[in-house]
This record gives sequence, structure tokens and C-alpha cells, in this order.
Amino acid sequence: MASCDKLVDAGRRQFLRGAGFGVAGAAAAAIVPQQAAAAPGQARVNYPSNRLGNISDLTLNEAFDTSYPDDSAPGVLLKLGTPVEGGVGPDGDIVGFSTICPHKGFPMSFDANDRTLNCPGHYSRFDCEKGGQQVWGHATQNLPQYILRVADNGDIFAEGLDELLYGRLSNVL
Amino acid sequence: MAFKRNIDRLPIIPADAKEQIVTCHFCIVGCGYHAYTWPVNKQGGTDPSENKFGVDLAVQQDPETPNWYAPSMYNIVKQDGKDVHIVIKPDPNCEVNSGLGSIRGARMAELSYSKARYTQQQRLTDPMVWRYGQMQPTSWDDALDLVARVTAAVIDDQGEDGLFVSAFDHGGAGGGYENTWGTGKLYFEAMKVKNIRIHNRPAYNSEVHATRDMGIGELNNCYEDAELADTIFAVGTNSLETQTNYFLNHWVPNLRGSSLTKKEEQLPGEAHAAGRIVIVDPRRTVTVNACEVEAGKDNVLHLAINSGTDLALFNALFTYIADQGWMSTDLIESSTTGFDAALAANRISLEEAASLTGLATADIIKAAEWIAQPKEGGARRRTMFAYEKGLIWGNDNYRTNAALAALALATGNIGQPGGGCVRMGGHQEGYVRPADGHVGRPAAYVDQLLIGGKGGVHHIWACDHYKTTLNAMEFKRVYKERTDKVKDAMSSVPYGDRDAMVAAIVAAIKDGGLFSVDVDIVPTKIGQASHVWLPAATSGEMHLTSMNGERRMRLTDKYMDAPGQALPDCIIAARIANNLERVFREAGNDSYADQFKGFDWQTEEDAFMDGYHLHAGGGEFVTYERLRAMGTNGFQEPATGFEDGKIVGTKRLYTDNKFGGPDGKAVFMETPWRGLQAEGKQAEKDKWPFLINNGRANHVWQSAYLDQEEELVTDRFPYPYIEMNPADMSELGIGEGDLVEIYNDNGSTQAMAWPTPSARAKETFMLFAYPTGVQGNVVSAGVNEFIIPNYKQTWGAIRKISSIPGNAKHLSFKSQEYPQA
Repeated sequence: MASCDKLVDAGRRQFLRGAGFGVAGAAAAAIVPQQAAAAPGQARVNYPSNRLGNISDLTLNEAFDTSYPDDSAPGVLLKLGTPVEGGVGPDGDIVGFSTICPHKGFPMSFDANDRTLNCPGHYSRFDCEKGGQQVWGHATQNLPQYILRVADNGDIFAEGLDELLYGRLSNVL
Repeated sequence: MAFKRNIDRLPIIPADAKEQIVTCHFCIVGCGYHAYTWPVNKQGGTDPSENKFGVDLAVQQDPETPNWYAPSMYNIVKQDGKDVHIVIKPDPNCEVNSGLGSIRGARMAELSYSKARYTQQQRLTDPMVWRYGQMQPTSWDDALDLVARVTAAVIDDQGEDGLFVSAFDHGGAGGGYENTWGTGKLYFEAMKVKNIRIHNRPAYNSEVHATRDMGIGELNNCYEDAELADTIFAVGTNSLETQTNYFLNHWVPNLRGSSLTKKEEQLPGEAHAAGRIVIVDPRRTVTVNACEVEAGKDNVLHLAINSGTDLALFNALFTYIADQGWMSTDLIESSTTGFDAALAANRISLEEAASLTGLATADIIKAAEWIAQPKEGGARRRTMFAYEKGLIWGNDNYRTNAALAALALATGNIGQPGGGCVRMGGHQEGYVRPADGHVGRPAAYVDQLLIGGKGGVHHIWACDHYKTTLNAMEFKRVYKERTDKVKDAMSSVPYGDRDAMVAAIVAAIKDGGLFSVDVDIVPTKIGQASHVWLPAATSGEMHLTSMNGERRMRLTDKYMDAPGQALPDCIIAARIANNLERVFREAGNDSYADQFKGFDWQTEEDAFMDGYHLHAGGGEFVTYERLRAMGTNGFQEPATGFEDGKIVGTKRLYTDNKFGGPDGKAVFMETPWRGLQAEGKQAEKDKWPFLINNGRANHVWQSAYLDQEEELVTDRFPYPYIEMNPADMSELGIGEGDLVEIYNDNGSTQAMAWPTPSARAKETFMLFAYPTGVQGNVVSAGVNEFIIPNYKQTWGAIRKISSIPGNAKHLSFKSQEYPQA
């Protein structure tokens, strides 16, 4: 088992790797501060609408790495095969989650056997079929889930989050 | 859907926010935190100059960052009468937790009383009395006068034995040195109350009598010993869930091998390797899983014994290790007594132990080797012995505790680095009281006396027997009947006629009634039966001192106002004493009234100086000011001096092999196996099909007294869960999340079924002390010779009572185990 230090490094690598995704997110994030400056005092952050992929990109029960709302916030899209609450797409089975553990920020991996996201730092587990509910663990919140929209051509857009992301005091930086 | 807060940003702690020291007020570990507060109309910014961290918060922070806090760590509370933002976040520089926050402690802010954000609106804000057929707010003067007059009348009639008390004896919330002293001085000095019990057991006794009788205090090592041990021998302790950050921050580094450098530096000249662990527990817990993940399965030995057979196992290990010549014979000779007699009395063969425990003899031998076989090069193996409720609430507590301590003592592991024989603990500790010898031993079985109609008045301090006692169903039935008599009597006279009111109450008591006074921070289940509620302040609403499982004492600053008129327990005890003095003096009983002098405290610091400072071992070196300067690391008790502006503490006890028994020696005991010891347990086992093992869940603190009004926990667990073997569930037609009834001759209760493939057939595990299904309902009244309850060995039957309820349909019932390759 890797030491804590190695896990931190793994986390950093994960973030760097995540930079290859979510170009649209990065662009949108760059625009947000200007919008915020033009409309001060809004009660909530303005979430970008980012295209994360197309339904055709997804394989049943396989993690599709992505990021949202910007390239330093890694996440995952999943096609689960059965309709779930919060699921989108023709089968109501597509969901997206942050993959940073809300306990201490380690990168989590998807276990296809029981469709959970699991943290190697301190063993927390989140159920992708139950809205990211923490099955067992240390986080004081359930896993931030993407609010998704599917366009007519099958493009999947993320347009919001339902919990605060680890490591930032504003979901949109 | 799972509960989500939909919080997308939080106020930033400004650079000039006030920083206050906090020790988590929940479990024994006592993680260090800081509370940051600042005016409600101000906020920090992302620029390094604008926030407390001095960093750019406009970028994503790394894993384990100190520069982030979860929504659960934030709230708006009152401080000196004004609304302030508050963030309570773990301290990266505290040696205990190094910045880790558990799912319990990291919710301290959200579990605080906030009118602005509607959190913990259940908190008691005013004294309440039974008036016109319901509980009604009143003044302190009115409530205390009623309490004092009824209490005095009962003492006049029945003597002090007519006053029954249920009181915390621990640290952290609902306890601490200030408050154990306040209540202790009232009941043990001003009076000599003997019908008194503690929050989780029906008598006033030690959970670990035996080790103390052997001359070995139960908290004798330091958390660093878990990093230095060759082997950890863990008994009935699910530490990942119940001492979370002690496990994560001090056990895991040893199991991972990342404490090897520390071992080589501190213990040169002997062989070292990554730590191994033996876990004695009938259930496969998440602790077993995590140990396997970290150490590899080859370095984890899970001894899944038959429930209640720990003593046979320990005696077999003792016998085998002695026969191999692996004992520390010099130490046994010079510093102990009774070894030969104990070995003769406790001797048991591997085969007999294997038969009783259900283990393979090879595994018992392997455990013995991991405990005591000399290391390569001949050095003594360093083994840390850890135990908690599986042993404490288990079969034959006294003998089993003694047998485990004997193993540690005989193998030279008390007082040595990498050793110790320690209870893991539930609450923190915080005990300083006048002598309690008058209580006697065995102490009075208070619950049974109350059920039997004894006592006239009952003072309850932060205890909720309805959730946390054994034989709970019968206790509730009788308690309600007796207190209802008094309620009906109170409803028969005008409240404003105090003489008539007291007379009516006294008459009802003579008719078998009971007058109940409940001091707590929230309305409790037992409080439903009470006639007076007195609102208490909790940690952070008052200054509070406690010590953790390595005797580490800290001060928690008062960082917010108490709700309404709530007061610290020690001040409530003092005001009860003041009122009793007045009432007895008015009655012309001056000599008795004089016993209630010495309670002129105005603050909790007054109680601390009167109690801990004057009466605790080393207390003369300790003041609030000095403790505050020691921050979240504090010092380890006992204090031995004050040098260079710091309190000097004690890292380990018994390092000189001077123990607490006669002539400074430790005492071995004769502890032969004698089956299921508590009355009726063997018959219960024979009659009912399922073991109803029970204990804690990671999400929930204690009896859920705060969690019951917090959405993260109530959403996850609307009901207590019961882990069941899936084949057993199929056989009974039970699906996941279905509500089941657990029943036996003691009573019945409910839980939702959680299919658990690792659960052995006919062996279940139910969440203990949960408000929506009390496991204690089905626990028999059987206790050991010192009135220690035996919650763990409970057997009953199970039947479905409802398909999965609507508020459980969104829940995950997947395995709690982290997946292994």
C-alpha cells in the first residue's frame, strides 16, 4: 500500500492528467470572473455549461474520465445500465460525479463490481447508483454529483453541482 | 436521493479572524481543532492577504490541505450576544490527529446551536417544568426551588438513599473535569449518595475493575506506542469506526511500514519490521478490512471467536506463552505477585480453547508467536494490547479483563515503548471527584432498585437510560408508570401554590411515584417522563477540560454563547446545592444545611480551581492560563511540574516497573474459564436462534443525541441497521432495508436489515443506542459480580414487520468494505 506521501503525489498526478480534459470547462471558467464582476452580489456561483462528451463515448459500467467545472476538478461520467435517481439520457442511467474524496481530497477510483467510487486514503466509499451516498466513510457530505443535460445529438453537458468540492471554497474558482 | 446541501461556496475566514483552541468533544481520541470566528458582516477574500491561511484561494488546493473546510465545519452562532461566522476545522499541528477530521468531529460546527441557520433547534434553552399538563418554560429560581424542595422532602423522609442519581463520569461533552467535580462535590461531599449510576451502565463502578485491582491503570501508554509496536493485539475494538483518527494516524503508519524510521531511531539495536495485528472479534469489521488493505492479509490475523469466549483464548495464550518460556521472568520475579498460582488456575490446553472459541489451534499458536516469540536476534517482541467494549460489555468482564492484562504484564509490555495494555475508550476522560468509597462494591444496581419501586427523587445528568441501558423495555415501562403518578398529582393542584404542589408530589412518591429531574442539553427520551428539565451548556459554550486515551489534557475555549439560559453543569450543581442549603436552613436544619457550603462558584473556572487544581494528582501545576498556552497538544497526565512556561507531563506510566498493587507490585489473578457468566445468558443462547451482537457506526456519535437532528445522519440512518447474513435473510423473507423486529423474552425492538455477506450465519450486528430502535430493549438484566452489563451476548429471534419504508428506499446497502485486489 502506498504511503500517504505517495497518495498525495498520486493526487497531483491525477490533477495533472485531468488537465487533458474539459477544455470547454477551462474556457468557461476563464469567463466567469468577468460575469461575476458585471453582476456582483449574486447569491450563487454561475456554473458553466460544459460539454463533457457524447453518449456514444460511454461504455456500460466503465469510468469515462472528465472534469467539471474546470480542469482542476476531476470527475467521471458513468453509464450504469439501469435507471437511477438523477440519471439522464434515454435510459436514465447516465450520472456524473466528482472523483475527489470530500474527506481529504484523494483521487478515487471506480469499482465496476459494485458501482462505487472508493478512496485509497481512508477507505471511504460512495454509491454511484444512490446519488453518491457515502456507503461508509469519513466525509461529512455525500459525493458532489453533476447536474447533467443531454442534447438531441447525444452531447452530455454538466451544468451544476449539488455539494461543495473538496479543496475550494467556491465551486467555480 | 442522498442528502445534498446544495452549498456552492462558503464565506472565507478573514486574516484577522479570532482563533480559539478546541478539542473535539465527542470520542476518546480528542482530536485537536481550531474555532475561527469573525463578525457576521465581514468576510475574507481569495487573495493571500485577505484570508487566515495566507494563500491564494482562487486555485484548487491539494489533498490534505489545511486551507479548506467542508460545509459541515461552518455555521453562524452567537458570541457575546452577537452573530458571528464560525469555522471549526481540524488542526494539522495536533499530534493526535495531524489535521484529520472524522465524520463525527468534523460536524461540530453544524451540530452547534444556531438560530440564524436553524441548526440544533432541539437544544434546551430554558428550565422547563410540568405545569398544566405539559412541559413549560420557567425561571431558574422557580425550577431550582421546586427541585430543592422536593429533594429535601425526600431526604427528610427516606434519607439520602431516597435520592437516586444518574450522572456522567467522563470527559468531553456532557462531562469534563469541571462538571464531574461539580456533581461529585454535590453528591459525594455535601451528601453521601450511594444509589448512583453512570450513563451507560446501571451502577457506579469501573468498567475495568480488574486491571485496576491488578495495580495497572487502564490508560498506561501513549498513542505513539501504536507506531512502535511489533504487534498490536486488538480485542473487541472496532477502532476504525470508534477511535477513528487514532487508528488512521497512529496504527495505519505502523501497518504500512511508514513508522519504521521512527522505530529504528527510538529503539535501536533490535530487529524491526512493519507492524502486524491480531484482531479478536466475532465479527469481520471494517477495521479488519482496513488492516488487510494496509498490512496485507499475511500480517493480519483475525480471530473470529465464538461470541463471549475471549477468556478461554487469553488463558490459552497465557499457558502456551509460559510453556514456551517467552515470559519476562525477571520482571515477573521482581515486580509482580501471584504468577504461579494464576498460571496453575488458568491453565487450559490449546485443544480445549480451540473447541470453546471455535478457532484452529494453529491460529492460537500463531497469535502467541506474534505476541511473544522473541524477535530475530533475541530481543523481546513489543506488543500493544488494546481492548474496548467487546471485552468490557462482554461475557465475564472482570476475569477477561484480568486475563488480558496478565498477558501484557507477563510478556513485559506494560510501561515499555511499543507496549501498553489499554482500553481504547468511548468518551474522553475527565474524572475528579471526592472519595466514592461509601458507594460500596458491588455498587447498588440502580436500575433494578428503580424497577423495584425504590427511591423518591431521581436526578439525571446527561444520561438517557431509555436508549443506553440494559433491560430497557422493562425499565421504561416501570419508570413511566412511577413518574406518571407524580405528573397526575402535579396536575391536581395549582402550580402557584408551592406548598400544595410539594405536598401533592410527596404524597404521590409515598404511593410509589418518582420525581424526575433531567439535566441535559436536549430533550431526551427519558426526559419525556421527567417533571423538570434543566438546560445545560456543552463544550465550547463553556470552557471545558478533559483528557484523551493517552491521558492528554487540553482546554477547549468557550467560543460561543450557550443557548438561552443554559448553564454549565457544574454551575447547575452549585445552584442546586445553594437551594438545598436555603431550603434546609429555612426548615431549621442548620447543621445539614451547612454541608452545602462551598458552592459559591460563579464560573466553570471556579469549579476547575476548586476541583482539578486542588484535588487531581498534579493538579497544582495546572491552570486555564497554562493549559491555553499548551494549545491543542496540551500535556499528558499526570503533571509533574511547570518549567519554562510549560506544564511537564508523563508520556507513559509504569516505566520504572513500579505498579499500583501492594508494595508497588502488580498482581496476577486466578481467572479460570467458567462459561457464560451472567445469569440467564446460557439459557437465552440455547433458546433463541440469532446472536444480536451490537455496537457503533462511524457516522453516529453516542446515542445520536445531536445526530438525531442532523440531516446527514438521519438521512443515512432513519433506523438503526442490523447486519445479517444474506442466506438468513432469504430464509426469513427479508429484503434489504426491510424493517425487522428483534425479540426475545426481555423485549423487542426494530432495525432495518443490511445484507452483509461477511456476517456469519445466525450472527447479526445491530447499531446500539439509536433513538428509532433501542437495542437495549432485548438485553437481559444479567450482569457480572460488580454489576457490569453484558450487552454483547444477547440472543433473540428476528421477523419482518414491514417492507422497506419510504424514507429508506434511497439508501445504499452495499458492502462497507473497501475493495481489495
